[in-house]
Amino acid sequence: MSVLSLQSVSLAFPVDRDISQTRLVLDGITLHLASDEFIAVIGRSGSGKTSLLNLAAGFLKPTSGRVSVDGVDIAGPGADRAVVFQDDALYPWLNARDNVAFPLKLRGIAKGERRLRADDLLAKVGLDNAGAKNIWELSGGMRQRVGIARALASDPRFLLLDEPLGALDALTRARLQQFLLKVWSDSKTGALLITHSIEEAMLLATRVVVLAPNPGRIVADIPASFGRQLLSGKSLQEIKDSPEYRRLHDGLTGLIHADAQEDAA
Amino acid sequence: MTIEVGIIAPTAPVEIQPDAGKPGRGRGTLPISLVTIAVIIAAWSLASVYGVVSPLFLPSPLIVLKAIYNVAVNGFVDSTLAQHTFASLLRIFAALAASIVIGIPAGLAIGTSRIGKGILDPIVEFLRPLPPLAYLPLIIIWIGIGEASKITVISLAMLPPIILSTAAGVKSAPADFVNAARSFGASRLQVLLYVILPSAIPSILTGTRIALGAGWSTLVAAELVAASRGLGFMIQSAAQFLVTDIVIAGIIVIAAIAFLLEILARLLERWFVPWAAHR
Repeated sequence: MSVLSLQSVSLAFPVDRDISQTRLVLDGITLHLASDEFIAVIGRSGSGKTSLLNLAAGFLKPTSGRVSVDGVDIAGPGADRAVVFQDDALYPWLNARDNVAFPLKLRGIAKGERRLRADDLLAKVGLDNAGAKNIWELSGGMRQRVGIARALASDPRFLLLDEPLGALDALTRARLQQFLLKVWSDSKTGALLITHSIEEAMLLATRVVVLAPNPGRIVADIPASFGRQLLSGKSLQEIKDSPEYRRLHDGLTGLIHADAQEDAA
Repeated sequence: MTIEVGIIAPTAPVEIQPDAGKPGRGRGTLPISLVTIAVIIAAWSLASVYGVVSPLFLPSPLIVLKAIYNVAVNGFVDSTLAQHTFASLLRIFAALAASIVIGIPAGLAIGTSRIGKGILDPIVEFLRPLPPLAYLPLIIIWIGIGEASKITVISLAMLPPIILSTAAGVKSAPADFVNAARSFGASRLQVLLYVILPSAIPSILTGTRIALGAGWSTLVAAELVAASRGLGFMIQSAAQFLVTDIVIAGIIVIAAIAFLLEILARLLERWFVPWAAHR
């Protein structure tokens, strides 16, 4: 089992062009993601959620602290931590299959084998017949599924999900949440999900982490089991009606809300 | 109920017209342009028929048409129109090939590397505003009056748009595209070849189209100065003998080819990067 760790990580950005002045975006973040966990990070805009993911991905370097996988500091982005982006970031010059096969091409896998494995992954995300389709012919939900299949193609130990469902309509979003949950439980990868939605975080994650802004810091790290309940066949309505779901929902709403009031004061 | 349907039905098709909401697109300007061209040709004909301008300076459209036919069949100064045109096209495409081979790597270097930008920026910025005819004499001194000098001058005129559009295309590659590749383990070279270069192709093609325009006008000018075949040379020779109809015929052929090159470039864009319209 692998562990992706952020240890006392802080991140400061320069204010405008003045290098001497910096703004603290994240302060003292310590977070360990094991490869059987699903961590959802929630918090209001400006709480540094996406920066946290960019640090884990290696797109950003921490100002202080360490980011490591199994104790080894990361040198930058790597295939062990595949990212799914909010704006899908699929390559429009490649069709759906070649997008999924892209990580395989990077590893020098032969064309025939790439094709087979890409079709396999597309089938896994329910897009059996979409391989030859152009990206712009796919709906938003289909594009995100291609994006998830592409991330899985790089055989990652961790999936980093940067609000992948944020731009979708409510119905598609609900369907993809269940889908994401299943992909995660089948693939045995650790998942780090950035989201705006408390409900999404609760339904998918094994741990919900709450970030507060100015500077971004962890104010809560709460275990959740609703995803496992969903996977074991319990109905969504049943889960949402349960007192423990409502208690956690109120608690998380309160945490984010309290923080908003403090901000306004 | 039935009344409502009756009212709604006739208006519905109007809303699904593909060009609805794009002012000026729905009704094209083509008819207006065609009328404009017709009026110009009519005025030109009338001016010739009534002798407003001496035929020596402005032969009638009919005479020009005959001149085009004549040059096409019998030739002028030792070559037919096709041979003149072919000579010119050969130069332009040789120059295009040279400037693409040099310009795209140069543009990539400017767009991706600080050192590349530092080295190449001053050279491109020096070259870009210079009229090619200003350095043509120097090129002739250096490499003679053969094909090489003409192709060199045309290439120099085509290089800046190709280099600059490549560099601009490289910089416009979305950060997510690059980050995605890096998170799947791409090396720097792989990011460049598989992500940045394809992202830049629409911009590179636009630059190539602009370069073709610049190259074509430079070509004609270069042929005016030193050549034994080519459309520019044909015009220059005809002018020396005051064969105005061939001069005008040459101008029309040059304009027509420039127009065709533009259409060709646009077709290539649509064919090569169908996705550019969907970004």
